[in-house]
Amino acid sequence: MSTYQEFIQQNEDRDGVRFSWNLWPSSRLEATRLVVPVSCLFTPLKELPNLPPVQYEPVMCSRANCKAVLNPLCQVDFKAKIWACNFCFQRNPFPPSYAGISEVNQPAELMPQFSTIEYIVQRGPSAPLIFLYVVDTCLEEEDLQALKESLQMSLSLLPPNALVGLITFGRMVQVHELTCEGIAKSYVFRGTKDLSSKQIQEMLGLMKPAAPGQQSRPVAPQESLFFFPSRFLQPVHRVDMNLTDLLGELQRDPWPVPQGKRPLRSTGVALSVAVGLLEGAFPNTGARVMLFIGGPPTQGPGMVVGDELKTPIRSWHDIQKDNARHLKKATKYYEALANRSAVNGHSIDIYACALDQTGLLEMKCLSNLTGGHIVMGDSFNTSLFKQTFQRVFSKDYNGDFRMAFGGNLEVKTSRELKVCGAIGPCVSLHSKGPSVSENEMGIGGTNQWKLCSLDPSTTLGVYFEVVNQHNAPVPQGGRGAIQFVTQYQHSNTQRRIRVTTIARNWADAQSQIQHIESSFDQEAAAVLMARLGVFRAESEEGPDVLRWLDRQLIRLCQKFGQFNKDDPTSFRLSESLSLYPQFMFHLRRSPFLQVFNNSPDESSYYRHHFVREDLTQSLIMIQPILYSYSFHGPPEPVLLDSSSILPDRILLMDSFFQLVIYHGETIAQWRKAGYQEMPEYENFKQLLQAPLDDAQEILQTRFPMPRYIDTEHGGSQARFLLSKVNPSQTHNNLYAWGQETGAPILTDDVSLQVFMDHLKKLAVSSSA
Amino acid sequence: MSQQGYVAAPPYSQAQPGIGGYQGGFGAPPAQPLYGHYGGPPQGFNAPPAGVMKSPPTSPAGMPPSPVSSQYNPSVQQNGAHPQRYASPSAASPPYGQPSHSVYNNMASPAPPTQQLANQMSAMNLGSYGKSQPLPPTSSVAQQHFQTPAPAMGQPQMHPAPQAPHMASQNQMSPPQSPLTNMLASGQPMGGQSMAGPPMGGQSMAGPPMGGQSMAGPPMGGQSMAGPPMGGQSMTGPPMAGMNMPFPGPPPSGGFPGTSGGLAGPPQKKLDPDSIPSTVTRLGGHVFSTNMRGQVPPLVTTDFTVQDQGNASPRFIRCTTYSLPCTAELAKQCQVPLASVIKPFAKLPKNETPLYVVNHGETGPIRCNRCKAYMCPYMQFIDGGRRYQCSFCNCVSEVPVFYFQHLDHMGRRVDFYERPELSQGSYEFVATLDYCKNNKPPNPPAYIFMIDVSYTNIKSGLVKLVCDELKSLLEKLPREDGAEASAIKVGFVTYNKVLHFYNVKSALAQPQMMVVSDIAEMFVPLLDGFLVNYQDSRAVIYNLLDQIPDMFADTNESETVFAPVIQAGVEAFKAAECSGKLFIFHSSMPTAEAPGKLKNRDDKKLVNTDKEKTLFQPQKGVYEQLSKDCVAQGCCVDLFLFPSQYLDLASMADVPSHTGGSVYKYNNFQVATDGEHFLRDLRKDLQKSLGFDAVMRVRTSTGFRATDFFGAIYMNNTTDVEMAAVDCDKAVTVEFKHDDTLSEESGAFMQCALLYTTISGQRRLRIHNLSLNCTSQLSELYKCCETDSLINFFAKSAYRAILNQPVKNVRDILVNQTAHMLACYRKNCASPSAASQLILPDSMKVFPVYMNSLMKTAPLVGSTELSTDDRAHQRLSVMAMGVEDSQLQLYPRLIPLHNVDVSREAVPDPVRCSEERLSDSGLFLLENGHSIFLWLGQASPPDLIQSLFNAPSLAHLQQEHMFTLPELDNPLSKKVRTIISELLEKRPNSMKLQIVRQRDKLEMLFRQFLVEDKGLHGGASYMDFLCYVHREIRQLLT
Repeated sequence: MSTYQEFIQQNEDRDGVRFSWNLWPSSRLEATRLVVPVSCLFTPLKELPNLPPVQYEPVMCSRANCKAVLNPLCQVDFKAKIWACNFCFQRNPFPPSYAGISEVNQPAELMPQFSTIEYIVQRGPSAPLIFLYVVDTCLEEEDLQALKESLQMSLSLLPPNALVGLITFGRMVQVHELTCEGIAKSYVFRGTKDLSSKQIQEMLGLMKPAAPGQQSRPVAPQESLFFFPSRFLQPVHRVDMNLTDLLGELQRDPWPVPQGKRPLRSTGVALSVAVGLLEGAFPNTGARVMLFIGGPPTQGPGMVVGDELKTPIRSWHDIQKDNARHLKKATKYYEALANRSAVNGHSIDIYACALDQTGLLEMKCLSNLTGGHIVMGDSFNTSLFKQTFQRVFSKDYNGDFRMAFGGNLEVKTSRELKVCGAIGPCVSLHSKGPSVSENEMGIGGTNQWKLCSLDPSTTLGVYFEVVNQHNAPVPQGGRGAIQFVTQYQHSNTQRRIRVTTIARNWADAQSQIQHIESSFDQEAAAVLMARLGVFRAESEEGPDVLRWLDRQLIRLCQKFGQFNKDDPTSFRLSESLSLYPQFMFHLRRSPFLQVFNNSPDESSYYRHHFVREDLTQSLIMIQPILYSYSFHGPPEPVLLDSSSILPDRILLMDSFFQLVIYHGETIAQWRKAGYQEMPEYENFKQLLQAPLDDAQEILQTRFPMPRYIDTEHGGSQARFLLSKVNPSQTHNNLYAWGQETGAPILTDDVSLQVFMDHLKKLAVSSSA
Repeated sequence: MSQQGYVAAPPYSQAQPGIGGYQGGFGAPPAQPLYGHYGGPPQGFNAPPAGVMKSPPTSPAGMPPSPVSSQYNPSVQQNGAHPQRYASPSAASPPYGQPSHSVYNNMASPAPPTQQLANQMSAMNLGSYGKSQPLPPTSSVAQQHFQTPAPAMGQPQMHPAPQAPHMASQNQMSPPQSPLTNMLASGQPMGGQSMAGPPMGGQSMAGPPMGGQSMAGPPMGGQSMAGPPMGGQSMTGPPMAGMNMPFPGPPPSGGFPGTSGGLAGPPQKKLDPDSIPSTVTRLGGHVFSTNMRGQVPPLVTTDFTVQDQGNASPRFIRCTTYSLPCTAELAKQCQVPLASVIKPFAKLPKNETPLYVVNHGETGPIRCNRCKAYMCPYMQFIDGGRRYQCSFCNCVSEVPVFYFQHLDHMGRRVDFYERPELSQGSYEFVATLDYCKNNKPPNPPAYIFMIDVSYTNIKSGLVKLVCDELKSLLEKLPREDGAEASAIKVGFVTYNKVLHFYNVKSALAQPQMMVVSDIAEMFVPLLDGFLVNYQDSRAVIYNLLDQIPDMFADTNESETVFAPVIQAGVEAFKAAECSGKLFIFHSSMPTAEAPGKLKNRDDKKLVNTDKEKTLFQPQKGVYEQLSKDCVAQGCCVDLFLFPSQYLDLASMADVPSHTGGSVYKYNNFQVATDGEHFLRDLRKDLQKSLGFDAVMRVRTSTGFRATDFFGAIYMNNTTDVEMAAVDCDKAVTVEFKHDDTLSEESGAFMQCALLYTTISGQRRLRIHNLSLNCTSQLSELYKCCETDSLINFFAKSAYRAILNQPVKNVRDILVNQTAHMLACYRKNCASPSAASQLILPDSMKVFPVYMNSLMKTAPLVGSTELSTDDRAHQRLSVMAMGVEDSQLQLYPRLIPLHNVDVSREAVPDPVRCSEERLSDSGLFLLENGHSIFLWLGQASPPDLIQSLFNAPSLAHLQQEHMFTLPELDNPLSKKVRTIISELLEKRPNSMKLQIVRQRDKLEMLFRQFLVEDKGLHGGASYMDFLCYVHREIRQLLT
């Protein structure tokens, strides 16, 4: 069914949408039986080079609870200048400006190739972007120095009219005033006291509309609106010198840290102040709070661990034993902050660089709910952090930042569908409507979500259900429609609305099961199911989630597999499902669901990225890609299997978070012997170079920067590779296979083969 | 004895009989014995007297040996003798004064002077004085006591006649007794002054007698005056009577003096004001050795040098009496308060040896095992020096091996003279870690300057003034002797509604400001860089001080906080683990929403009601807790206030007044007029030597104990006096009560131990020891009383009492107790005399004038014209005063300048604080430790005005002349300016010079300091008061 693959690809390229099913079952029961729900991965801001935005307001359906946007699927009566909404069937007259339309003179939004279209609208004054740095000063001298440099460098990457602010914290929280001459002025908050937003604004002196005495200089008109809180947030072009000096003078937290104690770090209050400051000054304006931390919060609200070093920070073990004292309280605190921040459209990034955990588990919601980034590294003095941070400010082909703010995604469905929920870096806007299902999947109960910050790769999983009952299925031949309306603040400060309208055919699951099966997008389905799993894993115990995943997989295989009852060997899956079990196998082993060997922070970090990346990246996360480089031929992808690990190969594994170059035993020896230096072994040199070049290419674009690992057979870092590959050969079965190929993995994990055997057995079992 | 007609007065007469016995004690009898002493003393000194005074021994010792003595002889003797006590002789007491200073004496006949002196001296029990002149006569005379006539008021008439006679015969003054009765009738209090004058008359000659009397107490002026002066006067007595009232003005001696006999007769009236005891007198220049138990030290107004020979210098401790009553009953009977005024850090003059520092090594100071008293001269070594018996609790302890020393044949340790703790009354121990917080050596203390930068202070120019001054002032932070630089760290905070802390770390290119707006829960935003060494960070601090005035130049923030400011200081010290002092420069009532917010509760309607006390009570619990925190951390608060209206000083000063701090107040501050005044205060305050984080404990020998403490202190329990800091001007008054009977033989001991941190951060123990006599004779007790200390105690206890009861009650109590003390004396110690005579113990001769002045002080006077804040301020500032300061406060010095001898170095002798002493053609300087006035008589000679102001006449003086003297190059100008600057130098506080012309509006201000006159805001004149007290006494005696 290459046609379906092409169709899928084409849809993704044009609309940024991948559906699990590209034909929809016509009744709820049928849909349920398909196991994988009707759902899609939607990338609202997918970069579409061929999509020039139009400079007018979208035309909307006049029905109050519909407000769907005019789209190519609408029926238009050019003579009467009337269009019919394809969601509610309301007939709407065109606005006066459309007086001239006709069959030959159609506006862009009616043309089929513009199923996705972007409007630039004029709504209120354009607000400059706001970047508020929140910097931990309890760092090692070296780290702090590196961080200071990165921050100073970032000033040059910001648009000149962007507003910047600086908050530093350690035992105390300092909000720096940026306009002072002669004396560096800052407002200080106690690190242990939670303050309401009003208190914070009062204490910062922001309550009075015009701060007296501060407005000495006349201000350019377009800035004046935003001038009053400007003591703390100033246009980059005005304060970059000041701020650079300020950053340069930044000292480590001066409070002495007694032996055996952690430094007191008031991360919670610092964030609360940052949120409070923005909340008061710039509600509903795009803003990024960038939090840089070098350790866990150790005091005040949001404290994750006490300052006694003898008390280690919570591990998964502690959490399972309910032994993590601060976990619940801290999580609750940060959730509250995240929600406040989200309401105002401010996003929070966390850049955590430390060898130990920093409390990401508790703080993850800050970024998850507000669309902020989480970056985790060992030190600020690493290229991983430096380049990642730089990449935050990367620009697209138009020279605009690859970031947008204050996004609002609304999903409209035709009557046969309802929205169950979404999974991604968003919060619910609690917008009840006729198209909202009572059955929640992910963040449900709404058809609108807020995405405080989004970039071109931000991808949501959106889940639907079919409304029609089994006895009243959707009539054949019809099409269901879904419209995604994304309003956001572009990084060039324009307000924009992107509208994507898609439609799929309904199919009767009984008569057309084959069609439906072939419309299955197993990649999208794997990612969508994985998101559901990860979503559940956040709230449920790991084993439960795995059992649920297994059950879904078995049911899917029962539904679509071809087999004879109780005969596992007869089990077959069609091409459109053939890879799916393998994805599930790797998903089960992935750090998204397995917490063993991962700290709670790492789990949070991985999950954070998993639920926001697009399909391709997500798949890489589930099942890393393995390339082989050898003298036997051009580089080729090979199975993610221990059997692929051969002495005369160089392997390049990309697991999204890590980029591992692994030199096989022989290659490693050659390299050690220095053959690559000899002119006659130029080809060897090239071989060695090839994976490096490819890796470089990946490094160029990936965000966050993956951990780059160059290792070889027997190297300690080889574990990154060995833990990912399918353990087809282990110490248990090595000799049974009796082959010299591959590398045995020292693990008790089941291999894909064993997994598949079990799956087949269960799928064909009549008792299941 | 001879009482005038009065005698007749039944009451008295009766009384007398009873009294008779006592008299002995007092007047005559004692006289004899006393005389013995005294008399004897003249030369021999009291040796014999021993019985009487312990002093005698002393004197001998002291005197003879000391070379000095010769010069001082007189004085010396005094010491021995206790002469001083009397203020009189020495300084103030007029009576005595008279003798000594002719000036006063005016009244008296000129002639008598010498004699008078003699007499007086003799009179004084001190005999010693007398010595020089053996006045035989005296003796007889002496007896007379001044029983001066009582004030009887109205009656006078009668007396005259009689009196005269008396006088003749005796010196007594008692005139007017009857008057008393009359008085009553008349209602007027004082009515006639008792001046007994009359008696004198005859006496005058008698002079001596008087003298004697005076001592006795007679006090009254009459006496004193009486003494000699009166001589003729005797009349006086009578006069008084006549007076009935107010003599006020008239008194001018005219009456008396002149009158001599004649008048006398007439009774009439007026007592010669000069005849009543005055505080104006002084002697000086002698050496006081503290080698005797129970020696009465020289008056505070005297110049003297102390040799520490086993008892603490009176500069450190002064007692109300140096002979404690043996039993509680006795104490109760006489109602003389038993108290000590301890000024542990008193400044010693250059010619006195600073305290020795003793180090007992790692084990710390040697202390009694049971009561923990520190090793001191009173410990008795026994058993060949192997053990010692504590004189406080009698427990016997082993002498540690390292401390062992053999005893000599006297039972004294051989190393007696090598060890200050065995031979000195005051010394210091090096404290070990056991005496430190958390067993860690303390860090050097820190000073934090906290400047209110609200609109008012910016506008007035204060902020700039302070910042500019600090630059130079910080160079002069107190430092250890010999140290190159001060160890004290400095920090800076400015504030209005929020606080601004400054990071002035030396490494910074420019200071950093940190704003803390969380005033509800104050904290310190930084550690490193906040408290810095001035020398290191000078550049940054300069930069900061330059910027502060500009930074807030256009502020219009007028609200301030206060409690959080102090809290911030405490937190800063806590964080830095040090103690220190806050200098807060504040302008207005803290009305911003914050802990310790105050509201205007000034209500003049409360004055003179039962609720008046609320005006003095601090407003909120916040400050109470804050005081506690401050003391716990060793954070002393000095408050400089620049109010333009009521700011609830009672509440704001609560913390300073519990932490050993001072409160300075500059109403309607203007840089031009008050700037220099304020800066002088600031400089003095900043440079004062002091100890931080202090705990004081007063231990006493068995039989009595310290029960109550007054001062800028905090008490967590009943024994430990905690002071965040204690400087050289802060005194603690300690009241004692009996537990048991004291033994005359062994006497009574007290040891005041003060644990503190020095300015360089060392922990030290300062020990002051004092031994007192015990007596079962009231006469002895009265003889050893010390008026200056007494009044200090009364002032503090009255000022504390007004927190809890109506001011009127407190005044009544004061008068009653005064009357009671005097009545008790009269009843038990004075020789029999007419009831109409007012008889004062020699040692308390001038007590009434102080008492009267005390009752006229702002806190006690109950007038709606006084600002509530001023009253509260005065109340609080007195609470921490030492004896010298309270004396001056209650009896300002009035120094005539018009006849000053520009060639002499000395400051002219002061005259009595009464309007009569002023003359239209005179220039006077008046100072009381807080204010200084230059009063220009209406008819001041133009040449004087020209010399001083470079203006042809008074009328040409401009406004700008009213607060400063131009620097002119002529002897008078120089002299006057020198006098003023010396006074400014000497006093603990700066005083703002105000120049007033007679009849100017400002003169009212000046006049309220003429304490012998009727108070501007109410309160009797001295004479009236005497009469009133006399009446009370007579009532008590009936």
